[in-house]
Amino acid sequence: MTLELDRPAALAPGRPIPSGSALAPRGRRLSRGGVSGSAGGDDTAGSAHSAGRLRRSLAVTLPLLRRPGFVIAGGYLLGVGVAAVAPSLIAPLDPTATVPEAKLSPPAIGSWFGTDELGRDLFSRVIHGSTLSIEAALLAVGIAIVAGLVFGVLSGFIGGIVDAVVMRIVDVMLAIPALLLALAIITAIGFGTLPVAVAVGIGIVPGFARTTRAEVLRVKSLPYIEAARVGGASWLRILFTHVLPNSWGPVAVLAVLDVGAAIIAAASLSFLGFGAAPPAAEWGTLIADGRNFLITAPWVSLIPGLFVVLVVLSLNHVARTLDEVRR
Amino acid sequence: MSRGLPRYIAGRLGQAVLVLWAAYSVAFAVLYLLPGDPLAISLAASGVQADSLSPAQLATARHNLGLDGSPFQQYLTTGWKFLHGDFGSSLASGQPVAGLLAERLPHTLALAGIAVVLSLVGGGLIAYLAAYIQWAPARALLRRLPSLGYSVPSFWIGLLLIQLFAFTLGWLPATGNTGPHNLILPAITLSVASSAVYAQVLIRGFDDVRDEPYIATARAKGLSRGQAQLRHGLRNASLPLITLIPLQIGNTVSASVLVETVFARFGVGRLAQDSVLRQDIPVVLAIVVLSAAAFVVVNLVVDLIYPALDPRIRLAPRLT
Repeated sequence: MTLELDRPAALAPGRPIPSGSALAPRGRRLSRGGVSGSAGGDDTAGSAHSAGRLRRSLAVTLPLLRRPGFVIAGGYLLGVGVAAVAPSLIAPLDPTATVPEAKLSPPAIGSWFGTDELGRDLFSRVIHGSTLSIEAALLAVGIAIVAGLVFGVLSGFIGGIVDAVVMRIVDVMLAIPALLLALAIITAIGFGTLPVAVAVGIGIVPGFARTTRAEVLRVKSLPYIEAARVGGASWLRILFTHVLPNSWGPVAVLAVLDVGAAIIAAASLSFLGFGAAPPAAEWGTLIADGRNFLITAPWVSLIPGLFVVLVVLSLNHVARTLDEVRR
Repeated sequence: MSRGLPRYIAGRLGQAVLVLWAAYSVAFAVLYLLPGDPLAISLAASGVQADSLSPAQLATARHNLGLDGSPFQQYLTTGWKFLHGDFGSSLASGQPVAGLLAERLPHTLALAGIAVVLSLVGGGLIAYLAAYIQWAPARALLRRLPSLGYSVPSFWIGLLLIQLFAFTLGWLPATGNTGPHNLILPAITLSVASSAVYAQVLIRGFDDVRDEPYIATARAKGLSRGQAQLRHGLRNASLPLITLIPLQIGNTVSASVLVETVFARFGVGRLAQDSVLRQDIPVVLAIVVLSAAAFVVVNLVVDLIYPALDPRIRLAPRLT
């Protein structure tokens, strides 16, 4: 369920962009006593503010829609998102129904990806497999964002000895290759979608911690922080109303990129046999299962793989476009 | 400058030892302190149910596996043994871990070594062409290639290569490790991700140095654009690449887990996959520490030769 909460944060294309610019800090109404954001201020100021924000986000979104690559990638990801939430909408066939006489049949109209060794419809299996795979990837990135934000903010905001300790821990984690760290974690906590997600998530925490720290350090030295401090705001208030809203742009781009990396990592781990137990099938498991039929029925393994490749390519394209627009 | 260099080397050495010790600590903490019970896991691995044993038997098993004493004591004794090259023995097979690793290490080193060379050559070639070619479509294609390279899972590339070169064309064997021709497909598979990273960094490097005065000087002396780019551009463009190499070598070594599984090769990566499936904690710990050691050593070597490659480091007042 937490995954539903993560999705907009990680994938929403328009929102983080307008506030990401250092020139237009979101919490800039420094002299006001009230809480900045929708709760504070009188009615007219509030609606003018939200109208301006709407116009700004439209100004960012419209040029994006004129980029065919972005639209195709975004549309594909939207489809995969729907597949993850409601797989039966896209693939009505039962992913576990076996049809022995139709085993290992090649892709055809109606059976888009062909069938596997038990005659199960591969398209249904891939679509139904997206639920687990997307869940794992988003959970992993969710863990990384939360832990990375906590470590990065502690490190960048407090500085001193905390900074030194956290950054040394990050250095050590980077010395162990992410895949091997994930293997160690899985050895300790067991197999399944959740352990895989946790293992992948912990592996990408260092990257988030570093990026967040760098952003917090950058924002911390900007004049409006000093102004807020002079104006009497407490450090906690500065952190939540000024530093965090203005430092999470690059973190958001990294999050979208890392959803792609997490999908690859989770697929790799389930390919190695550490994922969900059969008959539930994640993308990596499907690819691994099809391996035995590579000579006679290459599509059983290669088409699910291609599906995953397209998801990751789309995510990377979206992240890169967002990054370009942000600048 | 000459006074600073020994201090620089000593500092780097000390740092390397510290990082290695910390990596061992992290790996130990993950494997021995997380919820799973190593005793139950190792008993299950040898086919015994933990509940069926009496407390006395459990205590004996605990002692035999070196699991008695506080976690901190275990941490110290295991670490002490590691220092002496004793990695304990496998829970699943009972063989000494050092022997298992020694048997498989040459195969994995050969594979990873070739993959590292291939990725440097491949990445360099793509970046060089992307900077040299002026025909817009080819240039755009070459510049897109790196992001394609790391969007594709390595195991899928492996399967694609097997399908194409082993089954369809029949040029190369699909699996096994009988001879050098068995190394070609796995090494290519293993090199794709790193060469994509190298290519991307180098393309940026070439972009940065393109308008530097020394390139103009080289051109004015009569060098062709390609020669100037190779002799004067490459050396400067590849500086940011050098610090990336240790991380990429670490990734290559760990990706051998996947590639050796795909190509059914005998090696440390395959051993890692097997050991995780059997929850063979001592083997996993040894492999993690070994690969961290490899990363630390490569990093140290790069740190030590970096001042020779970039004189600005030697002249910098602070050497940390």
